[in-house]
Amino acid sequence: MTTRDEITSGLSEILEEVAGVNPDDVAEDKSFTDDLDVDSLSMVEVVVAAEEKFSVKIPDDEVQNLKTVGDAVTYIQKASA
Amino acid sequence: MTRPDVVVTGIGATTPLGGDAASTWEAMLAGRSGVSALDQEWAAQLPVRIAAKLKVEPAERIDRIKLRRLDRSEAVALIAAREAWDDAGLAGTGLDGERLAVVLGSGIGGATTLLNQDDILEASGPRKVSPHTVPMLMPNGPAAWVGLEFQAQAGVHSPASACATGAEAIAWGLDIIRSGRADVVVAGGTESVIHPLPIAGFAAMRAMSTRNDEPERASRPFDKGRDGFVLGEGSGVVILERADHAAARKAKVYARLAGAALTSDGYDIVQPDPEGRGIIRAMTAALRDAGVAATDIRHVNAHATSTPVGDMAEIHALRKAVGTQPVITATKSMHGHLLGAAGAVESIATILAVHHNVVPPTINLDDPDDGLDLDVAAHKARQLDIPAAINDAFGFGGHNAVLVFTKP
Repeated sequence: MTTRDEITSGLSEILEEVAGVNPDDVAEDKSFTDDLDVDSLSMVEVVVAAEEKFSVKIPDDEVQNLKTVGDAVTYIQKASA
Repeated sequence: MTRPDVVVTGIGATTPLGGDAASTWEAMLAGRSGVSALDQEWAAQLPVRIAAKLKVEPAERIDRIKLRRLDRSEAVALIAAREAWDDAGLAGTGLDGERLAVVLGSGIGGATTLLNQDDILEASGPRKVSPHTVPMLMPNGPAAWVGLEFQAQAGVHSPASACATGAEAIAWGLDIIRSGRADVVVAGGTESVIHPLPIAGFAAMRAMSTRNDEPERASRPFDKGRDGFVLGEGSGVVILERADHAAARKAKVYARLAGAALTSDGYDIVQPDPEGRGIIRAMTAALRDAGVAATDIRHVNAHATSTPVGDMAEIHALRKAVGTQPVITATKSMHGHLLGAAGAVESIATILAVHHNVVPPTINLDDPDDGLDLDVAAHKARQLDIPAAINDAFGFGGHNAVLVFTKP
C-alpha cells in the first residue's frame, strides 16, 4: 500500500516535469488549475504520467472531479488498493 | 489616396551561422560555413549526411516547460521574433494589439513533431500521444505562437509557398500596412526539419548535395561543381512598420521595403521554368511596385540554392529583368537552404547590405559556371554603395517572390 505522502511526492515529480511546478508548492489542498497553474493540456499529461507511475487507470470522466492534489491522491490510493 | 511608406525597424534571426541577427551577419561577412556532418545514427543509411544545423540550441533561449509545447520550427520562430521585437524597441511601448499583425510561415510545418509522435503511437499506443501534438504540428503554429507572444489582434497569417514562404510573408506584410489593416507587422519564415524522412524525400528527388566528405564545400551556388542544396534550419523575422508610425516614435530604420511582387510559373510542380518567365514577371512587377528603376538595383541576394538548373535560370532572369550592373550574392553558400525561412533570413542579409553598404560573399565559387556572366561577390565581402537591392525567393509549386529594399 502506497502512503498518501508517497503519492503526493510522486505527483509532485510529475508536476515539475510536465508543467514546471515548484515541488515546494505542491500540497494536498492545492488546486491544479487555480493554485498550480496547470492548464487542461498539461493536466492530460499529468494524468497519463500518473497512470504509468502508479499503475492505475484514471478514466477521462473521472479527471474533472480531481480538482486538488488531495482529490488525485485519494483516487490513486483507492484505485491501486 | 497615397500609399503609406513601409520601413524595417527590427530584425531577428537564429541560423546555422549564429544565434541572433548580428552574429549571423558577422559570420556571413567573414565567409564562414554553417554546414557540418550529421553524426546521428539515423544518418548513416542516408545518401545525404550533411546539414546546416542551428548554431545555438533553442533550449538556451526558451525555458524547458515552454519548449515542451513547441515544435522546433515554432521555437526558432519565437526566438527570432523576440529579438526583432526588442530590436525595434517595441517592448513596453503600449502598441495597440488591434494595429499589430503577424505573417509568418514555413515550408513544411511541424513535420518532426508529426513523425516523432507517430513513433510514440506505434510504440506505446494512442494514450501516450502528447496533447500538444496538434498545436505543435499545425502549419499556422509558428505564426500563432508569435502572435500570442505580442498579443497581435489585427490578424495572424501563415503563407505556405515552400521555399518562397519567408519572402512571401514579408510581401503580405507590406500589403497589410499599405491597405491600412495594421501599423506594425511581424513578418518572416521558419523551418526545422532535419530528420531522416524529409532528407530522404528531398534526396529521392536528387535535389540535395551528396558531397558528404566536404560539408563546408557542399553548398556552392553558381559553381560548376554544384550538385544540389544543403538543408538548413532556422528562422528570420523582420518588423515592418508604417514609416510615419516609426518616425513618430523615433525608431531606428534599417531600410525601406519599397515594393514586392508575387507570381506563379504555371509550368511544373517542381522544375523551374528554364526561361525563368515567372521570375522575370515578378522582378519587373516588384520594380514597378517600388517605383525603382532596374538600373538603381546595385545588389541582389539571389535565391540560388546550388542546384544545377535553378541557379542558371535565375541568372538568366536577373540579366533580363534587372540588368548586368548588380553585384549578386548567394548566402546559401554559407547557411544552406532554410526552405520556408530562406526568404526571410536572406531578406535580413539584403536589408543589412543596404544599411551597411556591403555585399556578403558567395563562398565555394571556385570554378564559375560557363553561363555565369553576372558579377558575383565570390569568396570575399565587397564594399559597395547600395541605394536599392533585391531579394528573391522561389518555391516548389512555381511560387516566385521578389522584394525591393531601398535606403530610407
